[in-house]
Amino acid sequence: MTLPLYVIGMLFAVAVAAVPFCRWRGAASVVYGACLAACAAALTAALPVLTAPAGEASRVLPLGIPWIEAHLRLDLLAAFFLVVVNLGGAAASLYAIGYGRHERAPQRVLPFFPAFLAAMNLVVLADDAFTFLFAWELMSLTSWALVMSHHRSAGTARAGYIYLVMAGFGTLCLLLAFGVLAGAQGGYAFAAMRAEHLTAWQQTVVLLLVLLGAGSKAGIVPLHVWLPLAHPAAPSHVSALMSGVMTKVAIYGLIRIVFQLAGPPAWWWSALVLVIGATTAVLGVLYALMQHDLKRLLAYHTVENIGIIFIGLGLALAFETAGMAAGAALALTAALFHVLNHSLFKSLLFFGSGTVLVATGERDMERLGGLIHRMPVTATTFLIGCAAISALPPLNGFVSEWLTFQAILISPNLSHWGLKFLVPAVGAALALSAALAAACFVKAFGISFLGRPRSAEALAAREVDAFSCAAMIALALLCVLAGVLPGLVVDALSGVVRELTAASLPPQSSLPWLSLIPLSPQRASYNGLILLVFLLCTSTLIAMAVRRLASHAVRRAPAWDCGFPDPNPATQYTAGSFAQPIRRVFGRSIFRVEERVEMPEPGSLAPARLHLRLHDLAWEYLFTPIARAVDEAATRLNALQFLTIRRYLALVFATLVILLAGLALWQ
Amino acid sequence: MHGLAFDIAHLLSGGLVLISLMLLYQVRLYSLINVFAAHAVVLGLAVAWQAFVQSAPHLYVTALIALLFKGVVIPVVLYRMVQRLGIHRQIETVVGVGLTMLCGIGLVALSIMVMLPITEAADVLTREDLAFALSVVLLGLLLMVSRRNAVGQVVGFMSLENGLILAAAGAKGMPLVVEISVAFSVLIALIVIGIFLFRIRERFDTVDVHVLDGFRGEQP
Amino acid sequence: MVQGLQMLLVLAIAPLLTGFVRWVKARMLRRRGASPLQPYRDLLRLVRKEVVLAESASWLFRVAPYLVFTAIWVAAALIPTFATGLLFSWSADMIAIVALLGTARFFLALAGMDVGTSFGGLGSSREMMIASVAEPAMLMAVFTLSLLAGSTQLSAVANFMLDQSVGLRISLGLVLVALLIVSIAENARIPVDNPSTHLELTMVHEAMVLEYSGRHLAMIEAAAFLKLVLYASLIACVFAPWGMAAAGDGFFAYLVGTGVYLLKLAVAGVLLAAFETSIAKMRVFRVPEFLGAALMLGLLGTLLLFVTRSV
Repeated sequence: MTLPLYVIGMLFAVAVAAVPFCRWRGAASVVYGACLAACAAALTAALPVLTAPAGEASRVLPLGIPWIEAHLRLDLLAAFFLVVVNLGGAAASLYAIGYGRHERAPQRVLPFFPAFLAAMNLVVLADDAFTFLFAWELMSLTSWALVMSHHRSAGTARAGYIYLVMAGFGTLCLLLAFGVLAGAQGGYAFAAMRAEHLTAWQQTVVLLLVLLGAGSKAGIVPLHVWLPLAHPAAPSHVSALMSGVMTKVAIYGLIRIVFQLAGPPAWWWSALVLVIGATTAVLGVLYALMQHDLKRLLAYHTVENIGIIFIGLGLALAFETAGMAAGAALALTAALFHVLNHSLFKSLLFFGSGTVLVATGERDMERLGGLIHRMPVTATTFLIGCAAISALPPLNGFVSEWLTFQAILISPNLSHWGLKFLVPAVGAALALSAALAAACFVKAFGISFLGRPRSAEALAAREVDAFSCAAMIALALLCVLAGVLPGLVVDALSGVVRELTAASLPPQSSLPWLSLIPLSPQRASYNGLILLVFLLCTSTLIAMAVRRLASHAVRRAPAWDCGFPDPNPATQYTAGSFAQPIRRVFGRSIFRVEERVEMPEPGSLAPARLHLRLHDLAWEYLFTPIARAVDEAATRLNALQFLTIRRYLALVFATLVILLAGLALWQ
Repeated sequence: MHGLAFDIAHLLSGGLVLISLMLLYQVRLYSLINVFAAHAVVLGLAVAWQAFVQSAPHLYVTALIALLFKGVVIPVVLYRMVQRLGIHRQIETVVGVGLTMLCGIGLVALSIMVMLPITEAADVLTREDLAFALSVVLLGLLLMVSRRNAVGQVVGFMSLENGLILAAAGAKGMPLVVEISVAFSVLIALIVIGIFLFRIRERFDTVDVHVLDGFRGEQP
Repeated sequence: MVQGLQMLLVLAIAPLLTGFVRWVKARMLRRRGASPLQPYRDLLRLVRKEVVLAESASWLFRVAPYLVFTAIWVAAALIPTFATGLLFSWSADMIAIVALLGTARFFLALAGMDVGTSFGGLGSSREMMIASVAEPAMLMAVFTLSLLAGSTQLSAVANFMLDQSVGLRISLGLVLVALLIVSIAENARIPVDNPSTHLELTMVHEAMVLEYSGRHLAMIEAAAFLKLVLYASLIACVFAPWGMAAAGDGFFAYLVGTGVYLLKLAVAGVLLAAFETSIAKMRVFRVPEFLGAALMLGLLGTLLLFVTRSV
């Protein structure tokens, strides 16, 4: 327990120390090196807790509000999320040792990066509402500062503004939720909240507030609008942290409150969470498919993965209300596994987009292409990330989705009829989002890395430094490892799951061949290792056979293209044209796609033009009206600024009387 | 009741739901009428099987009526109507086929969800029959709502009526008189609607109900 | 042993099935048609030819054919054909098989985009559009089957279907139709795609592999042949599991199993050819509706499961 505290302290110290020294040449390497060391230390502290639960500990620090003090606790759930946070943090720090050198304004990044890491660690360790909210708000503000670091770029100011508003809204909701949870006695320590028994109404209020608060931070539809603006605006290692790790901290908040503090769930909680998850998953990936900015595509795709995690959590709640502990354990394991997976591959993919940004100065996929020839390491690791996030076996993304599917398949045993029908529909949505994710990443990789360069910058790209490559290689290896040896991860999760659902999956690591059997071998089993070995052996066999039997002759020639090769790279498929069929199939009802083609007159040499407009319905039907209403109210209330003193006093007086009258009536 | 009898009843009434969904999928009028004929034939088979299982001979008459009127007469009349009106090339749906199908699936889920828990005590066959019948009725309503063309709405209405017959046949003991009178009233409805269609066409040059909305109320 | 034999068997007969379908189709069109053995000759000819590689092709382009072929072969190896109780059947269930096919498609689509031509991009983009509906439809079919059998293991499902207590279920019918639609789409057959055309704007699969030649093209063709066998065996294994030998049966049972399996494939081939000759190619944007119907059928199948005897 002491080690994580030292780590947090050290990170804050680094943040403070970075302020005066950040303009030094070597400052970036030192700061990021220190962050790397700190995260590694935190990992060594958290990992043993997961494997040997005896390491749980709590500590009360005499900080903060005098009579409340700061409660900190390292239990299994906290330890797991500590691992996720610090794994992402360590990778981002390692990556940033190289990437940070290209930063134009290091003074805007260096002090905030360690503080951001420290805040996320502190959220996970917090054991009372004040510490939690303080750390949560600190996390929001430091990440906001990081988003604003390139404040002169187009759109960044708007992204920062929207992010700030949404973050403030989220924290407000959480504050109110904790207010309800604390009950009449005002016990703000989590231990007191666990003991508190809430009425059904209070539980409902808490659930809705938490979904709004933590959900807006995680990026559920329709509260996702800030996410695809803010995440890409930050420097890439920070984007990776925000997308890969900060959304997971939000998930942590949700799990902590809904599963532990709010009391026994009702059946409709799970229905709500499932519907939110399914909508988020499908809409997130469809939005992602429509983007041609690489980083924004990744950010939208985070929304999809949050949806998948929500589906897992919703299933866990459903099984818990039905008293099926084993099912709840399976679903929760799937959700947490996906939390880990997503933090791995989303960080990896953001790193890849960062190196592309460094090498070409471009985020727009329409100006990239052919990078696989010039950036082999980035391309290969990015490809692994794409395959993993598209849930392709034998990588890790597949395992967590497979576990979610297995959880869905035991849903007929649920007692509530509504859930019985809802869960298969959610399964269809999950399958749809997985298939669309594959299309999305074929597009992302195919347009940016394959084909011919679409701009001079893409033609002149070079592979980046060793640190960035090392970070990407490490994450890619972890993706493969988690996919091939899923049993180890599941075993590491079993303690956490038992803490939350009173059951856990049977131990996996003792099974022959390290296969994964969530319930019973007759029901389902999966073995990534055997599959990988099988694939490798078969492909080697085939390659050898072809080498022995087939002709070896290879001739390089211009592309065939049905006899009409055009050397102009503009004749290739673009990101927009790749998505066109899917846009046409799904887009009409979801985005209200407006497509207009302007053809020049016959004989005219003017170019034909395609005008395309997509609508974000959440933005247009939810946020714009709210903003307009706020505007309207502000204009009305503006008159209050110009009153006489007597009228102000009258207002204060009236308020006082009304409150007193309310109090009198209430009693 | 032994397994096979149940299975066949289940298959036939499930097939009726499936054909109702296929009705939603059709965009052309001729194919819509063809599928409707298939709907009636399956209904006839389902009712006949019920007659056999329940050994209720009067249900055979019901089946025969369904087969003759709905499987042959009404489709032929509708065919002629479409031909005479010259609207066989029209394709018309209010919302996309995909969305309608999705709504249709939702309705099937809804009716199963409503029917199964409240008929806990009833016989298995009756339960599933009622669930399927309700879905057919709802799908018929959906078809009527989602079509602009009056012929499509007629087909929706007829398929809805088929759902009612399925429910009645499963519920053991609908008197023959009621069935025959229902069948005739449907036939008369068809005639009335047919006459109306031609009158409407004469008057407004279209059978698109959407266009007719413009003529409602007092025009200045 | 059975595992190895079966892998070799599917590999050996894959070109034959495609050749057979082509031959039956030609006969139905009153043509004489090429011999069913023609695909073998095609493969041999391709293997002997040199590879003409586009100048802008990367390593991915050269690796993809092997990856695609391997993924499909491994997936095919996991489906019981003439005998259940395969050595590796527990290492991947039906969901994993669907996902393995997804892996193959992922890399093939990437290879289509690698050279940077308009046709390649067109093929990949349409393939992913079709897959984005076909894969969920397939998964929904898998869902229904495994809800029914209480297992996602293919051999368990086959054993369950052999059991007398299954009975006639509307869900099974729906699943069968859904699976048929998906396998037509996935194998690029009429009405979704036309396997025998080039230079047509509606082509999908052929557009994607347009730049391939020589041994690479041979691998991709072989993979396509295997995929057809895979889907045929999958449907046969689930909906017609008769005659399959169980693990540890004698030599004779295996022989009978093989014979029955070949018969099933032949029937599937004739049916496919008859279906293809009787229908016209669809417009590309009708395809999602067609596949959407399969998805709906799968979902409906799952829902209707609740209206059965067992519940």
